[in-house]
Amino acid sequence: MTDSPQAPLLVLDHATKSFGAVKALEDGSIELFGGEAHALLGENGAGKSTLVKILAGVHQADSGRVLLDGNEVTFSGPGASQTAGISIIYQEPTLFPDLTVAENIFIGRQPLSGGRRINRSRMNDDAARMFERLGVVIDPRRPARGLSVADQQMVEIAKALSFHARIFVMDEPTAALSSTEVARLFDVVRTLREQGAAVLFISHRLEEVFAICQRVTVMRDGRFVRTDAIDDLTVDDIIRSMVGRDLSALYPKTETAPGEIALKVERLTREGVFTDVSFDVRVGEIVALAGLVGAGRSEVARAIFGIDGYDAGTVQVGGRRLRRGSPGAAMEAGVGFVPEDRRQQGLVMELGIDHNVALASLRRLSHLGLIRRSAERALTRDWAVRLQLKYGRLANPAWTLSGGNQQKVVLAKWLSRQPKVLIVDEPTRGIDVGTKAEVHRLLDELVSQGVAILMISSELPEVLGMADRVLVLREGRLVAELPRAEADEQSVMRAATGQLAVGAP
Amino acid sequence: MTTTAVTTAPPEDRSRRLLERVSRARELGIVAAILIVFAVTTVKNHAFANGASIQQLLAGASLIALLGAGETMVIVTRNVDLSVGSVLGLSAYVTGDLFVHHPHAPIYLAYALGIGVGALIGAINGAITTLLHVPSLVVTLAALYIIRGIDAVYANGKQIDPTSIPASFQKIGSADFHNIPYLAVLVFVIIAIVAYAMRSFRSSRDLYAIGSSPEAAALAGIPAGKRVFTAFLISGALAGLGGVLFIAEFATVASTGGAGYELQVVAAVVVGGVAIFGGSGTVVGAALGALLLNTINQALVAAKVSAFWNQAIAGALLLAAIAFDRYVALRVARALRTGGGAQDGD
Repeated sequence: MTDSPQAPLLVLDHATKSFGAVKALEDGSIELFGGEAHALLGENGAGKSTLVKILAGVHQADSGRVLLDGNEVTFSGPGASQTAGISIIYQEPTLFPDLTVAENIFIGRQPLSGGRRINRSRMNDDAARMFERLGVVIDPRRPARGLSVADQQMVEIAKALSFHARIFVMDEPTAALSSTEVARLFDVVRTLREQGAAVLFISHRLEEVFAICQRVTVMRDGRFVRTDAIDDLTVDDIIRSMVGRDLSALYPKTETAPGEIALKVERLTREGVFTDVSFDVRVGEIVALAGLVGAGRSEVARAIFGIDGYDAGTVQVGGRRLRRGSPGAAMEAGVGFVPEDRRQQGLVMELGIDHNVALASLRRLSHLGLIRRSAERALTRDWAVRLQLKYGRLANPAWTLSGGNQQKVVLAKWLSRQPKVLIVDEPTRGIDVGTKAEVHRLLDELVSQGVAILMISSELPEVLGMADRVLVLREGRLVAELPRAEADEQSVMRAATGQLAVGAP
Repeated sequence: MTTTAVTTAPPEDRSRRLLERVSRARELGIVAAILIVFAVTTVKNHAFANGASIQQLLAGASLIALLGAGETMVIVTRNVDLSVGSVLGLSAYVTGDLFVHHPHAPIYLAYALGIGVGALIGAINGAITTLLHVPSLVVTLAALYIIRGIDAVYANGKQIDPTSIPASFQKIGSADFHNIPYLAVLVFVIIAIVAYAMRSFRSSRDLYAIGSSPEAAALAGIPAGKRVFTAFLISGALAGLGGVLFIAEFATVASTGGAGYELQVVAAVVVGGVAIFGGSGTVVGAALGALLLNTINQALVAAKVSAFWNQAIAGALLLAAIAFDRYVALRVARALRTGGGAQDGD
């Protein structure tokens, strides 16, 4: 099956796409053949999602061509792509929870009887036939509410079949599935292949790629790297192609001798999310939590800080056990948390810069229950100078700041509490290069002042450049602990994708 | 391909039946509540079960139920129409005024005028909501006040004089057939039609889809703006018709006619099991909700409970209905999940 004599069903040829100044895709190229499952691989941010969205008609490429059966086409919107026979199965499908499964499949296209009335029995029969073709059992008459993610994907696939789709794009479909559900999905993928469809399969799990795909395309930094038949590749080839870039950015890193244990996490478990996670972070140390998106990194951080609960295990700060599920207790113990999504979780966008900075220190800044404005301003002015914040007026709302300066405000909020342990989740996401370096320098400074930092980052260079130790999470489990000297792109990616867990703790 | 995966056995049949039972039980539950209230009150006050009293029950609930049908269509799309009371009031006054100035105006003209006024306001509500993306709560709240103001200016402190309303026109609103008011029969027919349409046409299923998940509706290419606009248009038209029937029933109206109806309508709809956040509920449920609220009202009167308590009890009932709704929704969601036979991912 790997040598496809026939012409490709779909070709994307040198597609590019920029969002403002950011080049999300510089060379998106792929050829999909009928009867084949084709894996698209790359690190987070390699441009896979953008490529998928161009195929889906959600984005239009700035340049490059899309060929369908050899003819050039343009997809003006999701509808056009769907009509052309391309169907996208997202990781978490969006269904109508209140409508029945059959209605979800046929919404807007319900089979009719006389008088343009919906013919329910035929609709249900048609839906049942789709599921039969897929070999899965789902009752078409039940509401979609409460379906498992796996079943929701099956509904989407059935819907695609009802559109006579020939090209199925599956964007990390297995990320939220159990192993039996993955097996069922693979059976369905095989069935689709046998029926002549082309499947584009995106997954971070290399063993899945080897199990189901015939061809592999690797992308890196928005560019096409290689396409090969799976039989011609080894895991090493793929990983090398995925990460093979030079560490261009420079990271400031002062050598510090780690001190006593500041944060100790023992056997932390939250059912279905992460399992048996144990590690510690010492004073004067940056420990990075690496892994793929969805591996449970942020969830572990949220549980440590008490935003989410956990089912088992303990968290200790400075030798004292933290009450679970209580951010207040965590703050009291000297933990700070800079969340992943600063717009939603880190800042109150409509409030002034000064209010945002003071938000975590209100008790200290108030007298007899009333907040002292002057103290608020003094605190903010102090930190604005120390962090070189670029702002108009201190009372301006936070949304007036650039992304990098917003992040500085979040950092100032926590630093003004003089934390002993600082958890930073994607500290430099969406920040320009200059400010990024400032944030890195700041983190380095903090560590030399005796703060313990737990850093989560999807950017490998950042992880490798900043961390004293790298912990790798994979599917909610800690699979590797790499000291700075042993951590490189390949060893981390290998552990994160489940190839040869190195030195599991 | 028949050899491929058969992994989950279907315990789903069971959970579906449970759901069907629950959703039907919702409407049956209201019917039961109506009967219980009716029976209890009759024991206390035998006059409650006589023909005139039943006639009053049906007539009193009719207008609310009629407006509730339009309101259901709007709420199902995750919107709300608070202007229905004002629309009814304006339509009633305009229709009455027609007869004041043209005592021999044909009756169909009165209907066309009242429904037209309502449809126009519904169209404006719908257009502002869908084209300018203003929350319908704000749009229709503004409409509630603006229309009431227009009504006051138009009426200029006067009332419609009952003697100017032709008897032939009043018949639909006040006559009855063996204690069944014509008004109730007409409303029953309209609700039956709307109920059937809400089940059977693609465009009305779109309304449920839009309210159930706006994102999925956009992905499925549902013309949400057009559908929501139509829902507002119909809600306005039905409120306009309500105004015509109001003047036919009472033969008089001032500029305050129908004030506060919007809240009674929303209450009836919610008590009737229409989810306030859209996606589910039926016009039959809403009509039963209207009947239940009215039955309780009348029962309190018959039981000589102070009128002040009426509203408090209606409010308590509303809270109970919403709480019950949440409870049922959670139970059903759990039943469906465990019935689905797979783990839930987040």
